[in-house]
Amino acid sequence: MLGLAGESGSGKTTLALAAMRLLRAPALITSGEVLFHSRPIGGDGPKGTVDLLAAGLDDLREVRWSEIAVVLQSALNSLNPVTTIGAQFDDLLRVHRPGMPGSERWSRAGELLDMVGMNADRLRSYPHELSGGMRQRAMIAMALALEPQIMILDEPTTALDVVTQREILEELMGLRDRLGFAALFITHDLSLLVELADEIAVMYAGRLMERAPAASLFHAPRLPYTHGLLNCFPPMHGKRARMEGIPGSPPDLRDLPSGCAFHPRCPWALEKCKQAIPRLEPISGSGREVACWLHHDDAKVPAELAKADPRTEPRQRVPTLIQVSKK
Amino acid sequence: MNVAAAPVLEGRDLTKYFQVRQSRGLFARRLSVHAVENVSVRLEAGKVTAVVGESGAGKSTVARLLARIIRPDSGQVLLDGRPAPGGRPRSYAKQVQMVFQDPFASLNSVHRVRHNLVRPLKIHHVADDNVEGAVADLLRRVALKPPGHFTEKFPHELSGGQRQRVAIARALAVKPRVLIADEPVSMLDVSIRLGVLNLLADLRDKEQLAILYVTHDIASARYLADTVVVMYAGQLVESAPSVELTDNPAHPYTQLLLSAAPDPDRVEPPQLAGRGAPPSLITPPSGCRFHPRCPYAMDICKQQVPPSFAVSPDHIAACWLHAKPAERVASNNGLSTAPVGPLEQDTKKR
Repeated sequence: MLGLAGESGSGKTTLALAAMRLLRAPALITSGEVLFHSRPIGGDGPKGTVDLLAAGLDDLREVRWSEIAVVLQSALNSLNPVTTIGAQFDDLLRVHRPGMPGSERWSRAGELLDMVGMNADRLRSYPHELSGGMRQRAMIAMALALEPQIMILDEPTTALDVVTQREILEELMGLRDRLGFAALFITHDLSLLVELADEIAVMYAGRLMERAPAASLFHAPRLPYTHGLLNCFPPMHGKRARMEGIPGSPPDLRDLPSGCAFHPRCPWALEKCKQAIPRLEPISGSGREVACWLHHDDAKVPAELAKADPRTEPRQRVPTLIQVSKK
Repeated sequence: MNVAAAPVLEGRDLTKYFQVRQSRGLFARRLSVHAVENVSVRLEAGKVTAVVGESGAGKSTVARLLARIIRPDSGQVLLDGRPAPGGRPRSYAKQVQMVFQDPFASLNSVHRVRHNLVRPLKIHHVADDNVEGAVADLLRRVALKPPGHFTEKFPHELSGGQRQRVAIARALAVKPRVLIADEPVSMLDVSIRLGVLNLLADLRDKEQLAILYVTHDIASARYLADTVVVMYAGQLVESAPSVELTDNPAHPYTQLLLSAAPDPDRVEPPQLAGRGAPPSLITPPSGCRFHPRCPYAMDICKQQVPPSFAVSPDHIAACWLHAKPAERVASNNGLSTAPVGPLEQDTKKR
């Protein structure tokens, strides 16, 4: 699971939507490519590598939902308010699995709801009859309906209470371990990502600024912005100490500062930072990337940004058993 | 140990039901939402009290009851030990001010910052002789410097954090003694939240304001508050000094909240004890409202609302597990004999 963190307006959602070519005009993707290396889990998606930006609409149609599914933040806006959940599953399966008879579609929909911890009776409910957590679960079930290889989760739990959030995350992790999809998890809550993701990428003002394994990023950030962002989450243990967060406020994207967009808020900004935009480049021998002049050439790296990487064994995850709700 | 300071503002046994209609028409039934029941809160000068809970727990209702925006159905609001006056007279508004969640909505967007700040000054006749100076002073107090930069701006020209600072400055204009902040940082960007929290901490320390901080984020409550009050489904379930509460939670619901909250220092994935969702407030469960989800629920929990038991000085929990056996027997004719074991073990493990 890759986590994508950043403040509002840093371009996290835009990046995800661009990858799926879901952006609407006047948005325009001016350059770049989105390579999808397909390894079908189920169904019959495309084989081999597809550039989604160059693909024709028919090819794109084969990939969207069947192979790459998106769950958006607001489930209420993504579900159709005037039809039942069951009817929406039915529509989806009828289009993408033309051979499937009606009764089978219905039982498959029930199975999917079961997978996310909902009772199959809920198929007869309208979205407004469900709680926020239930709606988000239904969305996840729908995204999983065609056994995608990739799930893009855009702030899937931000509007929910912590307990519901935790339950849904547990289910997601369990499903990921069982079904084997890759996930892109977008959120502004870095403290949550550290717990969830295997690897975290941090965005600021529309650019990827740092990418590292979750534990390394948390214990030994290399980027001043990441360091500051980690300082914005008060800890749950230990002594209380005053924390300073990041001075200033996020930049106006219409009028970005010259050079590195973070330099006006950066305590260690160099002269070079005001002039040239740093590129995301690997740091020698650590398997992580950072876009910061402090880690280039012979610049002196501040002690706060030079902590040793934690020795990490890949985190052991106990696959959570899926709770099957019984009637 | 010195005697507990007298609270500036106190809510005693506040109860508020909201009337809703189940359906339209002649036979519509009137139902009531039990939004807040028997909640007591004390706000002391120079202290921040946080109210924590999930959405629908009644946090904002408590805040609005204390600000006298709505009336309690029963219970009292006491200002300096005297019952708050009826109505919402200016004399009360001058003592108790509120800051809202959304600074986009709470500032008048067609007027400049200056106008937004001058209004309370004029209405309450504060600094009638030097309004300009008072505006500049307010902006300096919320760290918007130099003030000249901000007075002529419209709210939309400011960032979210700056806007919330203006909203706080406006609340400070009448020189209140109590500030009620309802989710003041939840709409702000992560990187500027801490700045606003630190501002509230400074106002507490330097100006001895009594602050009520309503939030769903238990980590920020631990960071800012002196005392944390946890609410569940309209009732107060636990209250303790903030570090004590997060380190030794006594109520099963608080333990659930803490285990669900994001915590990067956690080594193992948390085990949630008490899944599910808060109950309907129209037909709340009998007894303790948490009992349908509680892993330690006993018979007595289904029958009687638990009173607040002292866990340690300053630390109370409304949970039968903390009742002495005698209290439980006395109030329940010896029906319940379940051991207190699991909870105690659990708290020790932390």
